[in-house]
Amino acid sequence: MGLLDQRFENGNVFVTSLENLLNWARLSSLYQMQFGLACCAIEMMAASASDFDIMRFGIIPRATPRQADVMFVAGTVTLKMASRIKRLYDQMAEPRYIISMGSCANCGGPYWEHGYHVLKGVDRVIPVDVYVPGCPPRPEALLEGIIKLQEKVRKESLVKKPA
Amino acid sequence: MIETKSLPTQYASQPGPVQTSSGKTLRTDEMIINMGPQHPSTHGVLRLEIVVEGEIIIDVIPHIGYLHRCFEKHAEHMTNYQQVIPYCDRLDYCAAINDEHSYVLAVERMLKIELPERVEYIRVVMAELQRIASHLIAVGTFGIDAGAFTPFLYAFHDRELILDLFEMTCGARLLYNYFWIGGLSHDIPPQFVDKAKQFCTYFRPRIKEFNDLLTYNEIFVKRTANVGVLPKDVALNYACSGPMLRGSGINWDLRRDDPYSVYHKLQWEPQIGKGEMGTVGDVWDRHIVRMREMEVSLSIIEQALAALPEGNVQAAIPKRIRPDAGEVYARTETPRGELGFYVISDGSGTPFRVKARAPAFVNLSVLPAISRGCMIADLVLIAGSVDIVLGQVDR
Amino acid sequence: MTAEEILNSLKAKFGDAIVEAKLDAPQPWIVVNPSRTKEIAFFLRDDPATRFDYMMCLSGVDYNNGKLGIVYHLFSMVHRHKIVLKAFCTKEQPHIQSVTSVWATANWHEREAFDMYGIVIDEHPDLRRILLPYDWEGHPLRKDYQVPEFYNGMKVPY
Repeated sequence: MGLLDQRFENGNVFVTSLENLLNWARLSSLYQMQFGLACCAIEMMAASASDFDIMRFGIIPRATPRQADVMFVAGTVTLKMASRIKRLYDQMAEPRYIISMGSCANCGGPYWEHGYHVLKGVDRVIPVDVYVPGCPPRPEALLEGIIKLQEKVRKESLVKKPA
Repeated sequence: MIETKSLPTQYASQPGPVQTSSGKTLRTDEMIINMGPQHPSTHGVLRLEIVVEGEIIIDVIPHIGYLHRCFEKHAEHMTNYQQVIPYCDRLDYCAAINDEHSYVLAVERMLKIELPERVEYIRVVMAELQRIASHLIAVGTFGIDAGAFTPFLYAFHDRELILDLFEMTCGARLLYNYFWIGGLSHDIPPQFVDKAKQFCTYFRPRIKEFNDLLTYNEIFVKRTANVGVLPKDVALNYACSGPMLRGSGINWDLRRDDPYSVYHKLQWEPQIGKGEMGTVGDVWDRHIVRMREMEVSLSIIEQALAALPEGNVQAAIPKRIRPDAGEVYARTETPRGELGFYVISDGSGTPFRVKARAPAFVNLSVLPAISRGCMIADLVLIAGSVDIVLGQVDR
Repeated sequence: MTAEEILNSLKAKFGDAIVEAKLDAPQPWIVVNPSRTKEIAFFLRDDPATRFDYMMCLSGVDYNNGKLGIVYHLFSMVHRHKIVLKAFCTKEQPHIQSVTSVWATANWHEREAFDMYGIVIDEHPDLRRILLPYDWEGHPLRKDYQVPEFYNGMKVPY
């Protein structure tokens, strides 16, 4: 059921559930944390440039984790960087979402076997909401990941569901 | 011998004790500021430890390694020489083709094979298209560093057109695995030549537009001229290369001076910084060298496309590549400078040792020397003008 | 200058510090004493006949027979000639003299050789690890390197 379905014909009043309203607000202004790690960051930049225009999904880059809702882990996470990523994640305010972009962040990618300094998957240090596969994923794939995340946010509930 | 401590500082106001109006000396402490590894203008995961006194930089200590992906270990552990190429792509992800070029050149020199003429011409076209794409990222993000967002959008739009050409050829947008040992993975598609020519005609006026938008912008010139001056002798002593070296007025380009491929058959000239807006070797000079190199690349592409011969795109090479025991150091001019691969073979099917001499790594090591004495706001511009790619710095 | 002339001038100046040479290789190389690299480097850079003012590359190598080494690729912008220098040491005594005071670019390259191979660079101004974290154990590009099971509580192998 959409948000505006129960709009009254005359006047600016509409009725919806609080849950719906909050989810709608959250999913349409996912502020992104502006940082990139490796090759995928170039595709992330391409996605935010004019041809793909990530801002039409309400994603605006913010330079500080305190103002960010979503973090794109775009690239290889090394062991030296992992503790920093954990700290950045801890600094983000709830609700916070992680999109793991590219094979390296998903599972180590091409560096899984001999990469003595590569963390094999960012989900070993922080929880991930959406995995985008590819090496590197095309900007379209990233947009698909964002839409998937929006779907996930739309289904969220204020009341904790019984496990 | 060049002592880094004795380099000329670039601002007249030297840090030191400040006299208050009552005649007392005000105590000013040094302060340490941490920039990165997560910072919008470090172009990746570079961490700079900055010692400042007031607004003036006393020292910069780069901490690198946040993207150390063990390239050299992987190169030793692949099952053959061919498999190293995708890892070379990921070194400098802004200019993947140029990285491949350097590596395949090293292996081909070990094997002592002759390539078909067509391969060399296609390689030159691809390498120069990639150079434009890489310089577009460099100048686009440099605009953001200077506070101008629009050039970034211009640059990335034009870069997409080049990526379309690559995608048409090998299916990938960013990391191509297109140059193979002894040739190319496959021939260019039939409509490629026309599309590439169209791009050249489209892009030449765009460079002028970009220059009007950013390069000759009054504010941009004020912020970049006379900042971060890299003198000639320091540049040589630190073995800087690429636009860093040419920006300092040294006429040196590996494409001309250590020829490889077919660059010696084409007509072109390297571009050097002349200090038009300030001192030779300042940030603006490095920027204008990149802008002019794009025009040079366009002319190289047009000449190479016109001379493109027919023929095979794979030389006859053994299925299992086993160079004789020995070693070779091959270098090419990538958008960032001299990328060299030092490959040692022990006669087996895998490299014994591959060392990548990364231009970004070497160019970054000069950053402390050129930013001492600058204002802290200029550091962002100086770091941007070095044009680092952290994948290459950390390997 | 050809590699042979460079070798002769080095031999005349330094005598037994020049250990061996291979001049028929595609890129001829000269092996020098690891504790005298600095004076040899100064000579090569400042002698008007050689003028090696540009150090292209400095690589550490593990030769897998108990021997480590550093390979210097030198180039002269003035005379446009090249030479390769090598200095070897053993794994038990991994000491090679620094050339940072000759070519400033050697600074980071030598730190990398120390980081990756554990070659101790004598007289280096700032010998710390460069790529790996400061608390990392071992030198990963040695051929006998074993990947640790855990680093700071994070599992390293896949």
